[in-house]
Amino acid sequence: MAGTALPRRLNWQLGRVVELVGETDRTKSIVLNVPDWQGHRAGQHVDVRLTAEDGYQAQRSYSIASAPEDPHLVLTVERLDDGEVSPYLTDVLTRGDELELRGPIGGYFVWEASLGGPLLLIAGGSGVAPFRAMLRHWSATHSSVPTRLLYSSRSLDDLIYGAELLDGYYDGVDVRIALTRQWPDDWQGHRGRIDGELLHQVAWDPGDRPLVYICGPTGFVEAAAQALVGDGHDPRRVRTERFGPTGT
Amino acid sequence: MAPISRGFFGRRQRVEDPSRVPPGQYVTGDFPVLSAGPTPHTPLDEWSFTIGGRVDEQVSWTWEEFLALPSESPTVDIHCVTKWTKLDTTWRGVSVDRLLSAVTTEAAYLTAWSDGGYTTNLALEDVTDGKAWVAYEFGGEPLESEHGGPARLLVPHLYFWKSAKWVRGLTLTPDDAPGFWETYGYHNHGDPWLEQRYQGD
Repeated sequence: MAGTALPRRLNWQLGRVVELVGETDRTKSIVLNVPDWQGHRAGQHVDVRLTAEDGYQAQRSYSIASAPEDPHLVLTVERLDDGEVSPYLTDVLTRGDELELRGPIGGYFVWEASLGGPLLLIAGGSGVAPFRAMLRHWSATHSSVPTRLLYSSRSLDDLIYGAELLDGYYDGVDVRIALTRQWPDDWQGHRGRIDGELLHQVAWDPGDRPLVYICGPTGFVEAAAQALVGDGHDPRRVRTERFGPTGT
Repeated sequence: MAPISRGFFGRRQRVEDPSRVPPGQYVTGDFPVLSAGPTPHTPLDEWSFTIGGRVDEQVSWTWEEFLALPSESPTVDIHCVTKWTKLDTTWRGVSVDRLLSAVTTEAAYLTAWSDGGYTTNLALEDVTDGKAWVAYEFGGEPLESEHGGPARLLVPHLYFWKSAKWVRGLTLTPDDAPGFWETYGYHNHGDPWLEQRYQGD
């Protein structure tokens, strides 16, 4: 992106909703056909713009949850009860509607096969969205990069992409789920919040120089990043993205 | 004219003075945190602030020396490229004019650099004449590390990624060289009133 080419403006373009997938009670994936889409890298995001009849507009950013290799662009949106844009996207938007967006945006919180690994993805809640793009890219390129996803969710019901993640769609990816509030009696995964001890187990040895991506609410991201740096991981190998409602 | 989003009415904010909100922004009472990597925690006795690069003589201040410089207490509106705007934020810090008065330079640009490796580029004219500070208090309290403490650049008339967190120095340069986000697709200048979010805007 930092080449010598003249910057090309990211124009607003229209995508048509081809499918809406209910991921959880609060979260939907919007599958879009964007005829003029020029491709993206896994981890990038788009700006979405809504326009009311009187011309009033609102814009927000959403991570792209589909791989560059996927046929459609997918955005996964969590409904924020006091939000302005997300309730529209989860509750009002229907198949066949058009959605205005521009992107792709951001060039740092991206992973592509050439960046190597080992690759550690740490997600809190809806922060898992950009990692779906990375995992699907990993699969599509038949990557041999050792990859782990550590995903913290309140309960199984709140798990986004639960079917994909639990049913072995990403064959070869080590998926670890931490349930923080509620878990089945026979739950084999981690119970409770992601803590330093769990990170120490999952994050490889600092000498292996894993490339770490953390995405979630601010407190989650801060805690995970500090634990890893405190454990000896190179801060410059730890990339972070904050997600969800503003706050703190 | 953008197409109408069927069934979208919007939750219009009652902002006292809408002329203070740049296009595409919404007002928040929160102070969201955004950064590309872990929060650095440099001990204050190892902290210094340096003006170097194309200057007659490089100058540095320790933390104590920096706090002893004459300070200002600006109240400003800040605008993040991720769409939030926060009005009437109160800061305390040293004006960049004051810091630059310690050196002689013919440079026209600078790169602000931070603990953790972050950089951002600015034209000198965008940080002089009372337009920028190195701030160490927010809302009357020491600036929290999540928000860039112990000290961050404050350039409120540009998108907030230009207000480098954890700033440790300014390197003056004759030519403009893109910083961190500027090489990752964000606009080189970042004027929120012109909605200069991304390259080409």
